[in-house]
Amino acid sequence: MRQFSFERASDAAQAAARAAEVEGAKFIAGGTNLLDLMKLEIETPVHLIDVNGLGLDEISATEDGGLRIGALVRNTDLAAHETVRRDYGVLSRALLAGASGQLRNKATTAGNLLQRTRCPYFYDTAQPCNKREPGSGCGALSEGAFSRQLGVVGTSDSCIATHPSDMAVAMRALDATVETITPVGMTRQIPLAEFHQLPGDTPEQENALMPGEIITAVTLPAPVGGTHAYHKVRDRASYAFALVSVALIRQPDGSGRVALGGVAPKPWRSDEADAELPNGARAVMSRLLDGARPTEENAFKITLAERTLAAMLAEE
Amino acid sequence: MAPPIEFEIRRRTLFAGSAAIAIGAATGQRAAAQSSAALAPSGAEDSTITLTVNGEEQELTIDNRTTLLDALRENLKLTGTKKGCDHGQCGACTCTVNGQRVNSCLSLAVMHDGDEIQTIEGVGTPDNLDPMQAAFVANDGFQCGYCTPGQIMSARSVLEEIRAGIPSHVTDDLTAQIEMTDSEIRERMSGNICRCGAYANILAAITNVAEEQA
Repeated sequence: MRQFSFERASDAAQAAARAAEVEGAKFIAGGTNLLDLMKLEIETPVHLIDVNGLGLDEISATEDGGLRIGALVRNTDLAAHETVRRDYGVLSRALLAGASGQLRNKATTAGNLLQRTRCPYFYDTAQPCNKREPGSGCGALSEGAFSRQLGVVGTSDSCIATHPSDMAVAMRALDATVETITPVGMTRQIPLAEFHQLPGDTPEQENALMPGEIITAVTLPAPVGGTHAYHKVRDRASYAFALVSVALIRQPDGSGRVALGGVAPKPWRSDEADAELPNGARAVMSRLLDGARPTEENAFKITLAERTLAAMLAEE
Repeated sequence: MAPPIEFEIRRRTLFAGSAAIAIGAATGQRAAAQSSAALAPSGAEDSTITLTVNGEEQELTIDNRTTLLDALRENLKLTGTKKGCDHGQCGACTCTVNGQRVNSCLSLAVMHDGDEIQTIEGVGTPDNLDPMQAAFVANDGFQCGYCTPGQIMSARSVLEEIRAGIPSHVTDDLTAQIEMTDSEIRERMSGNICRCGAYANILAAITNVAEEQA
């Protein structure tokens, strides 16, 4: 791990200003992903700003009947929150499908959104990776590469990494909004749908945050009702990243929402695909995965996504 | 406070062969770090913190890079907490911070100033075993024993988490009371790997304690 200096922040606006002012600074909250990447020298911050003292650790009702989740709310606490379990079950389910008990006790809401891909070529510093080292190439697209875990849609010739979060997939289905504060003290509200960016030619640019900008909360609109489910398909029964995951909110009339994890650089959902839900899993997935460009190794994800949704629809 | 330098030098001595060379190497590294001051725009690379470990207050001056795990093992000589993968994948380093289980390898010690840490050394002693330790012995919940401190720290927390009503991936009804089933315990222990494969006996040990406490 490279050396770094350290400070504790007590005010979000000041923390943002500090992060913009000190080149190579990073925020640290739970640290479960950042510290791992620092040990591998994939992340090499020269200054860490500990944001755990910002007090952004509360879950409260919003004026329009929704929920405001502080950036520092731990994954365990969010999953176990009474309102979340009752009204936003898909979110509890997604959180509980991710990581381990120890990690969920540390991992935060904002940190979960900002975690980096688990693409093996991003992690192996001996391999080229346009995300880790822009312009170096994509190891995952080289001849004979191991791409079973990687993305099939929304990817580019520069990068086929997936976003690893389960939580974000549920939040996408719930139409969440990310609240931030910028280094000049302005607040912004970014729909989660626009928060994560597709790789294009700049896979190193993963989200809509400006330098120094800090997430203060994630808000959920008022509950939409319906039946909530999150189905995660993976190589082990527990403590593994998704091959494919499906967040489903289904209304009694057969309409609803579908978001996918494990297949794209961001939680994957579209209005057109949602509209096909009354017509079954195949109709949804032919819309949602339209334009998919899988590799030979991960083409199975297209079929798997459809079958997973079909199984969920059959369960109800 | 335990002298933090001592272990560092002793370990370097192993590689360098003489104390004089070891000290020279250590000093050289420090000088190199200082000469690359451009990498550290503000603040020092060391910090002084206070941890309460197993009820005892400890003041430490540590390199900011020191994980909680390394602070426990190398600075405080509490080697019961084990380093397995050092990347949060195996759970051997599990201890509790302010009552909650965490991977101590994935947390910086400098971020725990003022926190209360409990390690396996604070759970029981050979003469006075914690019920979970006794149950692991009674059920052969280990072979080599390396993962055991982490398994025990995790297992104790698992029972508390179930009693506190924290749901898991296998909980059927998110709004009902959680039952202490095999699948609940297995799912919640999935962050602790045992390469000897003592899982069946670990499950038996945890189940014993859960039944005793019911």
